Amino acid sequence: MKRQLIEITVGLFVVTGLVALLFLSFRVSNLNSDSVSDPYQVNARFDNIGSLKVRAPVTMAGVRIGRVKEIRLDSSSYQAQVIMDISGDYNKLPVDSSASINTQGLLGEQFVSLEPGGQQKYLKEGDRIRLTQSAVVLENLIGQLLFKGNSNNP
Amino acid sequence: MISGVRRIGAYSLSVLAATGRACILLIQMLGSIPSSVRRYELFVEQLFRVGVLTLPIIIVAALFVGMVLALQGYNTLVDFGAESSLGLLVALSLTRELGPVLAGLLFAGRAGAALTAEIGLMKATEQLAGMEMMAVDPVRRVLLPRFLAGMISVPILAALFTAVGILGGYLLGVNVLGVDQGVYWSVMQEGVDFQQDVLNGLLKSLVFGVLISLLAVFMGYDARPTPAGVGTATTLTVVLSSLLVLAMDFSLTSMMF
Repeated sequence: MKRQLIEITVGLFVVTGLVALLFLSFRVSNLNSDSVSDPYQVNARFDNIGSLKVRAPVTMAGVRIGRVKEIRLDSSSYQAQVIMDISGDYNKLPVDSSASINTQGLLGEQFVSLEPGGQQKYLKEGDRIRLTQSAVVLENLIGQLLFKGNSNNP
Repeated sequence: MISGVRRIGAYSLSVLAATGRACILLIQMLGSIPSSVRRYELFVEQLFRVGVLTLPIIIVAALFVGMVLALQGYNTLVDFGAESSLGLLVALSLTRELGPVLAGLLFAGRAGAALTAEIGLMKATEQLAGMEMMAVDPVRRVLLPRFLAGMISVPILAALFTAVGILGGYLLGVNVLGVDQGVYWSVMQEGVDFQQDVLNGLLKSLVFGVLISLLAVFMGYDARPTPAGVGTATTLTVVLSSLLVLAMDFSLTSMMF
């Protein structure tokens, strides 16, 4: 009887440990929303990506539809090439969509934002988004502002 | 002068020799795992005594730690208008540091000391020698189940500590301080990475588990077989394992993050 009781409580102990681990993986960390389901890859070239990082979100109309998979420098055009995983659920993005790099809030993380175009043909695996807009680098903006402010003075 | 230097040398040599004996004991125990699989009920019993009985103190401590974190974090964050990041602050501090370290320290005090005292007393009353007389290997029969139970309990207890702490932070942050409950979770999910934070934290606690259990078992087995010797060994277990946990935590953190 006592033996049974011990085994039951030990079983409960181990099970609560596993439950805690499940809680940590699904409720606390982003294990469930981490992977993009059935992704297809699209790439885009930017003159300047600012501080965009791998795994940054890709959004359209503010809804996350994918993640940045890889960032590298195209050594012939000296542009940044950003490869994105887009979820297969969103396979009807017009080919003339445009991509821009925005910032969440004033000082937040940077992400890629897609604007839909008007064509009836859709982006598919390996396509390139041609219309791009670089990241706004805050330091450059402040520099320009200061420069203009100074030139106004006689 | 010379005698002082000599004393330092003798002390260093004895520490080194004890470390060596502990490593030999670890290898002996690991080597005898295959042959003790069929006596797994010894292990289950120890898991009950070492793990389950430590559960209440872990849960109560975690609840308070989570609430204190939320309170202090909120007071600081509110100055910057960033109180929405409270969930992230609580979750990251618990998964990365506080969960494994505090679970380890509490385990050393609650279970490690008891293991050392028990084994030390068995040695002092010559029960271990008696077992050897009956051709029962005390390493396999007494030490191994306790070591394995401790090693497995600490990660489980650390995971529970972290989970309960986050819930404690939720309790205070959302219900008392008025952080939005959806924001509490969503900020946390954005910022906590499963592999980087949760798994590394568990790996830490596994290292602590091996360290504390080995130290507790070894100190008892190696104690001088007198009442004073058992007392010293118990003290040393708690002191050394607490210090080792904190020192290992520093080096593991600098490697992982």
